[in-house]
Amino acid sequence: MIDKAGILKVDNLVKHFDISGGLLEQLTFDQGRIRRKEVVVKAVNNVSFTIYPGEIFSVVGESGCGKSTLARTCIGLYPPNSGEVYYRGERIDNLSARKMLPFRSKMQMIFQDPYASLNPRMAVRQTLEEPVRFHKKNISDSEIKDRVAEVMLQVGVDPLWADRYPHEFSGGQRQRISIARALMVDPEFIIADEPISALDVSIQAQILNLLMDAREERGLTYMIITHDLSVVAHVSSRVAVMYLGNLCELATAEMVFESPGHPYTRALFSAIPKIGRKKADHIQIKGEVPTPINLPTGCVFHGRCIYAEDRCRNEIPALTEADTGSLIACHGIEEGRL
Amino acid sequence: MEQILEVKDLEVKFALRFGDLTAINGISFTLNKGERLGIVGESGAGKSVTGFSIINLISKPGYISSGSILFEGKDLAGMSGDAMRTIRGNRISMIFQDPMMTLNPVLSIGTQMVETLKAHRNISKEDAEAIALEKLRKVHISSPEQRLKQYPHEFSGGMRQRIVIAIAMLSDPSLMIADEPTTALDVTIQAEIMDLLLELCETERMGLILITHDLAVVSQVTEKIAVMYAGKIVEIGSTESIVNNPGHPYTRGLIDALPESMKRGKRLNQITGMMPTLTNIPKGCAFHPRCYNMEDRCKEESPCLVSSDRGNTQVACYKPHMQDD
Repeated sequence: MIDKAGILKVDNLVKHFDISGGLLEQLTFDQGRIRRKEVVVKAVNNVSFTIYPGEIFSVVGESGCGKSTLARTCIGLYPPNSGEVYYRGERIDNLSARKMLPFRSKMQMIFQDPYASLNPRMAVRQTLEEPVRFHKKNISDSEIKDRVAEVMLQVGVDPLWADRYPHEFSGGQRQRISIARALMVDPEFIIADEPISALDVSIQAQILNLLMDAREERGLTYMIITHDLSVVAHVSSRVAVMYLGNLCELATAEMVFESPGHPYTRALFSAIPKIGRKKADHIQIKGEVPTPINLPTGCVFHGRCIYAEDRCRNEIPALTEADTGSLIACHGIEEGRL
Repeated sequence: MEQILEVKDLEVKFALRFGDLTAINGISFTLNKGERLGIVGESGAGKSVTGFSIINLISKPGYISSGSILFEGKDLAGMSGDAMRTIRGNRISMIFQDPMMTLNPVLSIGTQMVETLKAHRNISKEDAEAIALEKLRKVHISSPEQRLKQYPHEFSGGMRQRIVIAIAMLSDPSLMIADEPTTALDVTIQAEIMDLLLELCETERMGLILITHDLAVVSQVTEKIAVMYAGKIVEIGSTESIVNNPGHPYTRGLIDALPESMKRGKRLNQITGMMPTLTNIPKGCAFHPRCYNMEDRCKEESPCLVSSDRGNTQVACYKPHMQDD
């Protein structure tokens, strides 16, 4: 069933990347026979969730867990291998480029590195005008000019600087400009992929405040991809924790921080450095993250989990609601032994 | 306590076409044997340049224009290249942010470790390998005998950083400088590497200078903190007093901007503006345009570090933040 109240609904999303290369690279010689072998990176596996209007939905996880791939698949930058994406109840993952157009102006994306995401050969004004001219054909030049000035003011960049080029701005200001670009077309939903990771500490707070102010003024919904867990705690309403392409816990920010359920979430959140806390008393996880090419059978975390039992090695756990109301994919929690 | 390092009025400049830029503007600090100091600041504050100048790795057009760096009784500033090589990588070692960049991708771990040892002492290959194995065990790398034959690309980021630490430990240095050692790593790995550094400092009585932008990380590992802003130390003192009761408005701002200090969902306390670039550092106190506590004097005169009445800290500010009630 399609949940009408959701702004973005993702259903069993799967995204795999074939990295086996050309035909000749795929051929291997094995026990006297030539075999063709495909190598597939299983970046996102059967992920489902719904984001409700007005939410700040954060996706966290360590590098390589597939969180950026998930974001890009949600917004249609990558076609999914299977699964469905709905925007306000309408399926968008299989639309043609032309049918996708109206959705593109409602969904915008902000990227991590403001040095790479702004065209160095376009002045700020051109960068900001381009999406409006593209999406709203019947808008007059003076209206566009007003809108540029208005949005620049809102993000805290002096509109007098509209004719400058990206290299004339600092990292924080560039990130403000890329937020401005996203706001130009009046979106409802913004996906921000590590919006503050490339910035200095004192600037991070400025950009987070800006994102929160913009949400209040424009009634935006955010999906924020980040590895900075203390930021997540501060701004998000709900948090999805990913490990090796799978969703292992989905809960409110309070729950994830105060009583994380999944063994991985527990370890992850105990590792956050906190100011003033003297001895590092975090939970250690044994071993290393396996490669997403050969996913472990059963629960993807079982090889590193101290609570793993036979069932964890064989059967993939589904997201189930725990007593606390959090959705957790763990046999141990489901059986009540954790 | 035995003092191993004394940096005194260090000034580092970069000679450019239009004149000299001052990257480090007269900083002083000391480090005792086995002591851990954190240097905190934003990019461009001069914290990495400080680290590099201690081991004399400032390359042209940069140069140490004045001041001294006394390490175990010898002045490293102005020491000849040959003399410096007996200290760098031997008595003082340095580790960096990206372990993939510091390891040679075409040499096995064993070769790189033996090479380092041979550069510093007259030692047979067998003895060098024995030492390498011992150090790999110290950084908790499993089955070190096989690891010696492996190449950097066969390890994960966290393992690589452990290997880099093992190489830095090869000749039992009395000081290690770690420049953003965990910035490229995930939180769970970061916690493990920090545990390891802390453990090594304690068991080997090794001094540590931890350079990072992350106050939270520093506060967990070090005993002393120096906060840098625009080439100067603006506050230095025991970790406890700086974290619990910062005096300089900049330190205060950095701590207040951390999300954990705030109520969930509320706006964060931000420091307005941004750090000046080296070409236009404001007159007077470099922080005054961003300061909430600024008075006329701050625009004209630059404050010196003075001991504050708040305990073990020195603050360079005319109007330091008052004690919290």
